[in-house]
Amino acid sequence: MNYTFNFDWIAQYYPVILKGIAITLELTLVGAVIGVGLGIFCAWARTLGPSWLRPPVAVYVELIRNTPFMVQLFFIFFGLPALGIRLGELPAANLAMIINLGAYSCEIIRAGIEATPKGQFEAGHALALRPLQIFWKIILLPALQRIWPALSSQIVIVMLGSAVVSQIAAEDITFAANFIQSRTFRAFEAYFVTTLIYLLLSILVRKGLDRLGFLLFPSSRVGSR
Amino acid sequence: MQRRTFLGLALAVTISYALPGANVASANALDTIASSGTLRVAVPQDFPPFGSVGSDMAPQGYDIDMANLIAEKLGVKTEIVPVTSANRIPYLQTNKVDLVISSLGKNAERDAVIDFSTPYAPFYNGVFAPADVAISSAADLAGKVVGVTRGSIEDLELTKVAPSEATIKRYEDNNGTISAFLSGQVDAVATGNVVAAAIIERNPPKRPEPKFLIKNSPCYVGMNENEPALMEKVNAIIAEAKADGSLNAISEKWLGIKLPEDL
Repeated sequence: MNYTFNFDWIAQYYPVILKGIAITLELTLVGAVIGVGLGIFCAWARTLGPSWLRPPVAVYVELIRNTPFMVQLFFIFFGLPALGIRLGELPAANLAMIINLGAYSCEIIRAGIEATPKGQFEAGHALALRPLQIFWKIILLPALQRIWPALSSQIVIVMLGSAVVSQIAAEDITFAANFIQSRTFRAFEAYFVTTLIYLLLSILVRKGLDRLGFLLFPSSRVGSR
Repeated sequence: MQRRTFLGLALAVTISYALPGANVASANALDTIASSGTLRVAVPQDFPPFGSVGSDMAPQGYDIDMANLIAEKLGVKTEIVPVTSANRIPYLQTNKVDLVISSLGKNAERDAVIDFSTPYAPFYNGVFAPADVAISSAADLAGKVVGVTRGSIEDLELTKVAPSEATIKRYEDNNGTISAFLSGQVDAVATGNVVAAAIIERNPPKRPEPKFLIKNSPCYVGMNENEPALMEKVNAIIAEAKADGSLNAISEKWLGIKLPEDL
């Protein structure tokens, strides 16, 4: 092997990488917050919601979970303009990630809700709580606590999956790597640095979500110190 | 080291084949064509719209029409020889063809081994946009969104000339750039005229009209060196075809645009 490693380009191109990190984090944050919100709503609709709402939500969840993320993204970015809805690359990427995570987190949260023992509902009723209070305090929070690790993983998966938004010219980390590679022809170094950045971000996001779970679910603190 | 030896060997073999061919061709090529009654032309086999195989399996394209036009003016039949871009010059040097009409651009390395006619087809990278978008120079790109294929020649050149107020969107491949243009995600695209022709061929609602040139590299007819009679004849035919509009017709047919005035 007589390849000479050369990282001189970092001095020139680090703003592209920093911008890429900011965009990937923005996409992940917006996607996770609104996407999980959408997932909670859909999980409620599929388990406790009115019966007329269940079929459309089921169609949405199955449609998104059974098609590639990239196709969904291309449909929003390249397809919707034909219907007069033109979104720039960042709004389109945000929307695609929200819709995608919404469907996946719906099924994860639904599993958590369905695992709730029946006695817990009955206890809520016996305490004369209103339906919304029962859903929020007795069903949702314990359900989220149960599926929190799975949900965290899904959020990390969506963050890593956001790499394909570089295909619609959104300037995320992967775009930065491809851009630098096409200018410097330093493919190994560019993707090596990118890999490290993704790894670091994944670890940070996971740690952050662990911490958030710790704050959200008081009972998880019992005996976990 | 092994690789270098192999390359040297390959080069030696190529030269030993190429040289006798060049000697054979040194008889007056124009007379040979006239006496044989056929003009043998190397055309691209897979480079639309210059040369490709049509649905009837017959070669078609700008270069095939050009070959037929020259043969017709010479009063001989055309023999179409499909070649790849790598072997088009060896075909000429080994006297397997009389002319190379194969979207051939001029550069110093090629100029050293073969001769070029006057240009017969436009081939350039430029900025394209619909007719109602007012762009005539790089400075006009300010405030506009321009799509380009990342890492391409036009990306590197556009990045140099575009003003800082222009937004450049870089897509993964030509399809992404084309889709972004057609769906209205970008105001203009920087690409090759061949790519623009491919878009126009699909009859889109937005037609990419040429706005300004980024890099020009027109196509020339290639022929063996020291063939002044053939060179003069081919140049005269090209000049005549430019003057009487038949070359313009070929350009509009395959590239969807008028022949540039300055070609």
